[in-house]
Amino acid sequence: MNPSGIERIKAVFERARAESRAAFMPYYVVGYPDLKSSVAVIQTLVEAGADLIEIGVPFSDPLADGPTNQLATQMALQNGISLADVLEAVARLRHQGIDTPMVLMGYYNPFFAYGVEALCRDAAAVGADGIIVPDLPPDVRDGQVLQEHCREQELAFVPLLAPTSTEKRIRLAAGSATGFIYLVSVTGVTGARNRLPADLASFVSRVRALTELPLAVGFGIARTEQAARVAKIADGVVVGSALVRLGMKEHPVTQIHALAAALVGSMRRANS
Amino acid sequence: MKEISKIDVRGAGLHPWRQPDDQGWFGPYGGRFVPETLMPALAELEEAYRDARKDSAFQARLSHLLRTYVGRPTPITFAGRLSDHLGGARIYLKREDLAHSGAHKINNALGQALLAQRMGKQRIVAETGAGQHGVATATAAALLGIECVVYMGTVDVKRQRPNVFRMQLLGATVRPVDAGSKTLKDAINEAIRDWVTNVRGTYYLLGSALGPHPYPMMVRDFQSVIGREARRQMLDEVGQLPDTLIACVGGGSNAIGLFSAFVEDEDVRLIGVEAGGLGISTGQHAARFADPLRGRLGVLHGTKSYVLQTEDGQIALTHSIAAGLDYASVGPEHALLRDIGRAEYTYATDEEALVAFQMLSEFEGIIPALESAHAVAHAIKLAPQMPRDHIILVNLSGRGDKDLDTVVEALDGKAGGER
Repeated sequence: MNPSGIERIKAVFERARAESRAAFMPYYVVGYPDLKSSVAVIQTLVEAGADLIEIGVPFSDPLADGPTNQLATQMALQNGISLADVLEAVARLRHQGIDTPMVLMGYYNPFFAYGVEALCRDAAAVGADGIIVPDLPPDVRDGQVLQEHCREQELAFVPLLAPTSTEKRIRLAAGSATGFIYLVSVTGVTGARNRLPADLASFVSRVRALTELPLAVGFGIARTEQAARVAKIADGVVVGSALVRLGMKEHPVTQIHALAAALVGSMRRANS
Repeated sequence: MKEISKIDVRGAGLHPWRQPDDQGWFGPYGGRFVPETLMPALAELEEAYRDARKDSAFQARLSHLLRTYVGRPTPITFAGRLSDHLGGARIYLKREDLAHSGAHKINNALGQALLAQRMGKQRIVAETGAGQHGVATATAAALLGIECVVYMGTVDVKRQRPNVFRMQLLGATVRPVDAGSKTLKDAINEAIRDWVTNVRGTYYLLGSALGPHPYPMMVRDFQSVIGREARRQMLDEVGQLPDTLIACVGGGSNAIGLFSAFVEDEDVRLIGVEAGGLGISTGQHAARFADPLRGRLGVLHGTKSYVLQTEDGQIALTHSIAAGLDYASVGPEHALLRDIGRAEYTYATDEEALVAFQMLSEFEGIIPALESAHAVAHAIKLAPQMPRDHIILVNLSGRGDKDLDTVVEALDGKAGGER
């Protein structure tokens, strides 16, 4: 019996913890700038040391995203990429022998249109390990339905927390999460930023005080020194827009590999 | 005048329309689908609103401003020449076009701006399609001395230019949005992104009966003044309730505001009119209920309702000559009213709206907003089929000055420059 998505994600954080480092969790959009090169980028992220990949599922109205990810998902849609294509891409990556955990990250409407039960069944079947839906809080009726189907398929259900989250909502997220919790570092949308928010450490420790689950921090982390700082206080570091924006440059695979490897290196040094 | 008693159809306490529930659901519609960052803000907003609703001082201040600043109550006008011309039902108009700033939007904007002030927020953001909500919000913000930023799609900036100038004159900052369809949907995306970023000090003043809970409830409540006035005016001035209400439905705030006071009067027929654009079969429209292929249950901008979308759940591009109706989703309470058979929904095309726009101008000396012209268009269709003692009340939700450029352009195009 193959390990479940939840078990595989658990193993990622256990291994990272055993090596006294944080997990590197890059985000990339399938179908951007085209399907073939996005698959190549995901392969190179694995080679550069990604512990877990967040697979971006495109949506026409990504209201928690800044310009970089908006553009990327829009291009993916122009390329005709649907949720079914994203699942197929995951299947292909698994066939190529990539066993790094992959978590689907996308807005609710395409998932709802596909059918939440069918989504969870098919996601598990192709070898995806979990689901993140930024516009579906765990206490909304549909969020509870998604949790049930994730549980059935042993997929990780990953809720988000924000600096504005109250103690009650932190407990709610902790109670619903399997795998890890995604901490949104800033009040704002995704996108590379020049500095980390001043209250990030206190936000992380506020959540840490209420749960044992691994905590991944994302939004706005672009540079090696930022990743290193976050690695000291969290179990996982998510980098999205900074990698995505290289997707349109010349030789994107080479450039993305270089940045990913530098991020991994800085995170290792931070905790050594 | 004797008061006509309301019909209690379901027995005490079981009104299907005493909505939403405490989680913001109107049956299977509504809810709160937003990024976590906004969840505490929505809880805070809901609590502040429930407090304000109970607070007689707040209500008194709102009523005072509605009377002395907005000019309420707005009158009911008998459209006599139009009714005679059509030769059927008698058509009355609820004159929201006479409200200060030119549309019903001010009722909600003022209510929410007072709430923002009560919550201690220093800055208001809003979206606008036709510009009427943007103007109303800028007006309320100027009155109360609060900073105001309005997001507007670049397509709408172009077709509603007078309203852009109006907002700027009122001291608001207008930020054009050049993403997606460059219309209302994209303006809401940007307004929400702004709110996510500045959530601690900023109030999001949503303009229609849409969005995450508590907006659909709150906007309906602030707009229900239309229905309460209209019901009383019909009884006092005409001596009976109307047989049919007609209102246009974009997000649906003017319609729900009118309907809410009549929903328990079971003999009053409620009709919402969506934007049929170039016709349903062309796909170029914003008729969520009329297009069985693309109008399906979905989630957009925080609420579950009927949404025009592709098979893969991507939001469809919409079209209407009326910017205020040009939107892919519809308020959740309308979806429920339709399900339980309490309200019916139909549509009028761009062309029908244009004809209605001209007819109301020529027969009554009233230039309607293109949005409201959709409701007038349906009244023009329905009236000849009805007897003289049938009374139709149309919600004339706004005035049409803002639309003159659009109408001139459309008529020029059609007449080959003859007009």
